[in-house]
Amino acid sequence: MDPVRDSARAIARAVNSREASAVEIAEAMIPHVARVDASLDAYLELTPELMREHARKVDARVAAGETLPLAGVPVAIKDNMCLTGTHTTAGSRILENFVAPYTATAVQRLLDAGALPIGKTNLDEFAMGSSGENSALKKTRNPYDLERVPGGSSAGSAASVGGFEATLSLGSDTGGSIREPAAFCNVVGFKPTYGRVSRYGLIAFASSLDQIGPFARTVEDAALTYDAIGGHDPLDATSVDREHEPTAGFLREDLRGVRVGIVKEFATSELGSEIDACYRKAYADLEALGAELVEVELPTAKYGLATYYLIAPAECSSNLARFDGVRYGLRVDGADVNEMYERTRAAGFGPEVKRRILIGTYALSSGYYDAYYVKAQKARTRIAEDFARAFERCDVIASPAASTPAFGFNAKSDPVSMYLMDYYTIPVSLAGLPSLSVPCGAVVPEGGTRPMPMGLQLASPLFTERALLGYAHAYERATMHAEKLSPIEVATA
Amino acid sequence: MASDRIDIRHVARLARLALTDAEIATFGPQLGNLLTFVDALGELDTANVAATAQVIPSRNVQREDAIRPETMLSREDALRNAPRAQHGFFAVPRIIAEEG
Repeated sequence: MDPVRDSARAIARAVNSREASAVEIAEAMIPHVARVDASLDAYLELTPELMREHARKVDARVAAGETLPLAGVPVAIKDNMCLTGTHTTAGSRILENFVAPYTATAVQRLLDAGALPIGKTNLDEFAMGSSGENSALKKTRNPYDLERVPGGSSAGSAASVGGFEATLSLGSDTGGSIREPAAFCNVVGFKPTYGRVSRYGLIAFASSLDQIGPFARTVEDAALTYDAIGGHDPLDATSVDREHEPTAGFLREDLRGVRVGIVKEFATSELGSEIDACYRKAYADLEALGAELVEVELPTAKYGLATYYLIAPAECSSNLARFDGVRYGLRVDGADVNEMYERTRAAGFGPEVKRRILIGTYALSSGYYDAYYVKAQKARTRIAEDFARAFERCDVIASPAASTPAFGFNAKSDPVSMYLMDYYTIPVSLAGLPSLSVPCGAVVPEGGTRPMPMGLQLASPLFTERALLGYAHAYERATMHAEKLSPIEVATA
Repeated sequence: MASDRIDIRHVARLARLALTDAEIATFGPQLGNLLTFVDALGELDTANVAATAQVIPSRNVQREDAIRPETMLSREDALRNAPRAQHGFFAVPRIIAEEG
């Protein structure tokens, strides 16, 4: 058993059958991660003592006869999720010294399933960004080219799994923050239906969109993780109160009888010949597995970005009002309480967070509320209706996860050009649909020397996680793209 | 000029955010560009369309008005991250003027 390379499923099987112990796995991973992360900088905090403590607990539970779905599996947690006693910074100066006094439901469920916490991973500040570069604390590198971004906002969660310094990780996705970095880092990234995974203990960005989900190197591992973390939670009022349907035991090997929608408005010919060829091949591979390809229309999808960049900042400006220097986080003193608020927030937030707070405050302010915020909410309805209509003709929609492979640092200086990275993921998020990115090949990017991974986005109707993961598994097993690339050998001892 | 569309000092005041002159100079045009970008929504017909606040079917969630110890922080834990605490409370600058 190789704790660095093996799947979560293989590790759990070895630990449950007592061929390997969780303690051995922890002792192997702790120095490995420290070495690799010197180059990748995926982690903001490593938690070796906590990892050892959980490893001992897992071994004791297995010895007592329990079988745990993620026994001894090394996991990384995005640093916008609380884990008692660890720093939980959201990648922001304003929370740089915040220590979580409780644990997020999704994290707790992962640990209860036998996972071992390696540490907390870097992210764009408050999960706002598509490259990881908006972190105020660290610059995470892409494990397949250290001069390129890992994607964002779940930068470290994608890089750690892609770079083999975690078997699984948790990320959060508001407009593409799991799927885009998954595509960039050659891993599977899965955003369940909004409400399927509890948000309790997740630092809120845009509450009507935020959703926690897994990164893994196989679809099956992503399914195992989802099975462990999903399900109703009374501590999150928006958590869906319906039966949690397990997925990992229901994966499939072909796509016979499946209608795959190809979106007319998402023509890949505009993305350059290499990228176009990559997605044409992916669609042909789906067809070769028995799927029927059907053209579907999403005429309002092009309004997705504009809709999102009103709704998400509006919700962000409201959610981030709590960072005022009173109960937690940074405080900068002022002559009176208002000056304290203003100085604290000026010193604590980075430029992207400030921009979004400003645009959100504007969109919600008197005189503009109907023209911007309500208009965007109505546009959201139309986008969701378009998807519902498309799903009358198909079972799943296939598209690019991102319009390019990973780009270089400082390549997107204009905010709107960065926002365009999420062109394909945002409409899906606005409709709340379950969606994932699965590796679908590689292209050499402009100015690059190495082939960089690409991701295929699959999206299906609300609450159809089991079917979605099944389709993705069939595609992955038939193509095995992830295994054709190797991360740069970082920090060889 | 695109930046004329948004009174950034006013919005920053509403958001309790102190901005430097340099930030105002940078953010103004950037936010103006973003507003121009979102203007595209104007062409989308939304007459007789209901606003969506939440995409999944949901209803109001109620619970017993009872103490749930598993979701409570002790006073000590609640104050552990406070920038300033005094006598078991969060300490803040005076917000009411002294009389006389």
